[in-house]
This record gives sequence, C-alpha cells and structure tokens, in this order.
Amino acid sequence: MTPLLQVTGITRTYGARIGCRDVSFDLYPGEVMGIVGESGSGKSTLLNCLAGHQRPDSGQVVFDTRADGPRDTVAMSEPERRMLGRTDWAFVHQHARDGLRMGVSAGGNIGERLMAVGARHYGDIRGQATDWLGRVEIDTARIDDRPAAFSGGMQQRLQIARNLVTGPRLVFMDEPTGGLDVSVQARLLDLVRGLVRQMGLSALIVTHDLAVVRLLADRLMVMKDGNVVETGLTDQVLDDPQHGYTQLLVSSVLQV
Amino acid sequence: MMRPGGDRVGDDRTEAAVTDPAYNFAYLDEQTKRMIRRAILKGLAVPGYQVPFASREMPMPYGWGTGGVQVTAATLTPDDTLKVIDQGADDTTNAVSIRKFFQKTAGVAVTERTADATVIQTRHRIPEHPLTEDQILVYQVPIPEPLRFLEPRETETRKMHALQDYGLMHVKLYEDIAQNGAIAKSYAYPVKVSGRYVMDPSPIPKFDNPKLDMPAIQLFGAGREQRIYAVPPYTPVVSLDFEDFPFDPSKADHACDLCGADTSYLDEVIVDDAGGRMFVCSDTDFCGERRDAGHRGAMSPPDAAVQA
Ligand SMILES: [Zn+2]
Repeated sequence: MTPLLQVTGITRTYGARIGCRDVSFDLYPGEVMGIVGESGSGKSTLLNCLAGHQRPDSGQVVFDTRADGPRDTVAMSEPERRMLGRTDWAFVHQHARDGLRMGVSAGGNIGERLMAVGARHYGDIRGQATDWLGRVEIDTARIDDRPAAFSGGMQQRLQIARNLVTGPRLVFMDEPTGGLDVSVQARLLDLVRGLVRQMGLSALIVTHDLAVVRLLADRLMVMKDGNVVETGLTDQVLDDPQHGYTQLLVSSVLQV
Repeated sequence: MMRPGGDRVGDDRTEAAVTDPAYNFAYLDEQTKRMIRRAILKGLAVPGYQVPFASREMPMPYGWGTGGVQVTAATLTPDDTLKVIDQGADDTTNAVSIRKFFQKTAGVAVTERTADATVIQTRHRIPEHPLTEDQILVYQVPIPEPLRFLEPRETETRKMHALQDYGLMHVKLYEDIAQNGAIAKSYAYPVKVSGRYVMDPSPIPKFDNPKLDMPAIQLFGAGREQRIYAVPPYTPVVSLDFEDFPFDPSKADHACDLCGADTSYLDEVIVDDAGGRMFVCSDTDFCGERRDAGHRGAMSPPDAAVQA
C-alpha cells in the first residue's frame, strides 16, 4: 500500500534554536498518528511544516494526491498547496476562533470550503451545512447563529464540521481539546473518534495530553527538544515506554 | 517639467479657455500624471486587478474622495469635453465643484449631455445613455476591495485575489440569503471581470451592473486606499450569484413621473410636507433630454405637454 503521507528528514530551525530535526515517518490511509511532547518539544513546529503553514529548512512531505499520485508538497506552488488545504487536507486549530470566521453564521462557516471549490447552489450548500451540524451534534436550528454565541465545545465541533465538509483525506489537529473543560473534552474526543472511523480519515494529532492519543491514535511519536525520541504503537509506547523521557511523561500522567 | 495649463488650450475654446497659470494642466504635475497613467495602463492590461498607486493630496473637502479626480486629471487632454455626475445628477455640489475645478485647472470644455462628453467622471451611477468607444467613464471609488468587510487583512485579500481564492465572496452572498431570503445587496454588487478578478464596481446600483460590459473604457480610482483598476471595452463582467438565486438587476416597478421612462433607474423624491412622493430618473440629463423630446410622465405639469 502507498503511504498517504511520506515525511523525510524534516528540519526547521530558528537561528541557533532547533524547532524540529530530521523527522521522518510514513502515515498510511486510515491511520491516526499522535505526536506528543511538552511545549517547546517541536511538535507544533513539525505540524506546521507538514501542513504547509511553515516552510521547513530541509526535507520532503510527499502526499499521495488524487490526481497525480505522490507529490512533494514542500516543492509545490502555493496555489496548489492552498487547493490541497481546502480539499484533501483539513486543519483543526487549538483555538476555534483561529479556525472559524466569527462574523459569519455557522452555516456560512461550514459552506465556505464548498463554495471555495465551486459549489454554487445555495440550497445544496445549506443542505450540507445542516447535515454537518447534525453530525457534530449541534442543533440545526442554530444554523444562522454566529459562533460567538456558541460554547467553547460547540465552537470546536463547528470548526471540525467546517473542515470535514469537503471530505478531506488527511486532518491535522493541533491540541484539539486544548482549551476545553474535561467533560467537554470527552464528548469531543468521542465525536472525533466516530468521524475518523466513519470517514476512514487519516490524522496527525499534536497534543501534550496522553489521554487524547490513548483514545484516538494508532501510533505514537514522542518528541523532545526537536527530536523524535520514541515511536511505536500507542499501547506499546504508553504501556512499555523505552526511552527515559517517555517513561517520565507516562509516569507524570499516571500521577495526575 | 511644469508647463502652464494655458499653453495647451486652443483659442477656439469659448466657454472655459481661461486657465489659471498657477497650476499645471489639470492641477497635477506631469510626473504624477505619468505615474497615474502607468497604473491605468496596467489596470487595463489586467482587467479588474487593483493596481496600487501613490495617491496625491487634492484640494477637495474631506469625504469627497480624490481617486476619481486624480484619474480624471491624468486622463484629460485639452481637447476633451468633461461631464461630472454625482448620483446621476450634474447639479449636485460635488459634481458642480469638480466640474469647476477642471474648468479652472485644465480649461477643458464641459457639458451635461452624456452624448457630447469624451470623459465622464461619476459617483454612484452609469449614465442611461449608452456610452461609445470614444468615451472614458471614470468612477470615484470609496472602498475598492470587495473582500474588505469579510477579511480585514490586506496581505490576505491580496493573496486571495492572486490565487483566485474567492469562496469568501460567495459566503457573503450566502449570508445575505440566509438572513434576508434573497441577496439583499443592491449597491456595490460584486462582479467577476473577464473570468478572473472579483471586483467591486463602486457603489453603483446593481441595476447598472449589466452595463459594465460596454464599448467605453472604464477607470476606477480610490484615493484614500491608493488603488486604480479598470475594465477595458467589451470585457465580460459577470455579477456573482447562486444557481438557485440568480442575479436580478431589476429596479422599482415604476415609470419616471416627469418623463415617463420605464427603463431608467429612479430616485424616490418626497415632494411635499404631506408625504407626497414621486419617482424621477436619477440621470438628470437623460430625463431632461426625454422631456425636451416631448415625453411626459404621470406628474408632469399639464400645460407643458400641449406645448410639445
Ligand atoms: Zn425621467
């Protein structure tokens, strides 16, 4: 099977400081990879390099495109990368307001990606927006409300709907449960897990929260000081950590 | 490079041949006009693209906008005949002042007749009288960026234009329908020019949008925002819409109460303290020409009709 994403030697530095160094891995269709580490470990830098938000100093991010097969997205033109960003890729920000248009209704937020790829039938767009509100458990009567009137958990679910409406194949998530209450987190994680399975999505989830990866990720990559220190199946890494740093991470979670 | 404006005006000009030698022709210095002309040419070469230019101060009251005036100044030649309209009318303070300004600084002939003008500066309307290949229509534009209210960041809107990333424009129309049941935008209705750039056609009524594909050159100037853009003759200009909510340029279902025209854009005017009102052509020249030709509306004085 061709990997959906082949990452080779991604390095990004900020002057003398290292963002992430020489990161390589493959992600297969339908697979969810968790990237864990403390703040400053380089996991967010890595995610931004992979999603095309930052340019790596070196390395390749080869994505298996629908039209042309595997292509290095780092070497793509910006229009091509943007097109990927609104079709086959999705990015869920930690703070919903970074990923939503706060001045636009829930329906308009969901419809934007459809319209960006050429949808021009109002009734169809609204129908899909209604359907997606239902799928992320938001009352469809609120389709014309602005996200500012929503709770934090609803905003995050709306952001997910807005991203998934065009049927992407790869979802990047940056601390998707970051700012939410624990009870709200659990509901969101269940929802994301359900959608990932239903849609056969591949995902890269950056988090400092091992409970998130325990629930969602098939595989795990542990980062420290810009380097990957351990990789493996999630249960393996969490239950039998090999690297000293991973052992620390896991034990600190157990203490909580 | 300063050249007194008076030198360039022929003696055969009767009405307005006396220009003030304190000014260069059409007020702006030649270097500035060349800079503006380069922006205009670039705009014509890339229809609908907003070309940045170094806007100059003009001796106009704040709020009038100077983009149109600067484009007119760079476009005028001594042989031109200038018409200036504001909301369709030649006789508003704004229109009269700008007309006087160019009479004084450029010594050009002026007219209120659309057909006689070679350069027409406008705010808020396209004249009813069809324009020809021999004419230039200059628009005064307050806000040139059609995406501005949706995306305040200039860096981002420029990128959206460059990448034809126009989903957001339809989001705006979607929001309109969701809130009002129809696309409520009746002015500054966004268009796509030549299948490429989305453009704000300045605050003209959407009734005028179908006329944007015309034989005349159309130039748009935004002074405060320092942008010039253009639509060359016979360029396809399409108003954005949805398949199930198609663009509708219709106007009030009424005829002009003075000239009887039923195809022109109308202003609603309150005529007395009792709240009486009438509909009249917003294009004063068009309405006057029709009345001169004997046309009458429902509220025309009864005696006038007999005379014709
Ligand atoms: Zn009339």
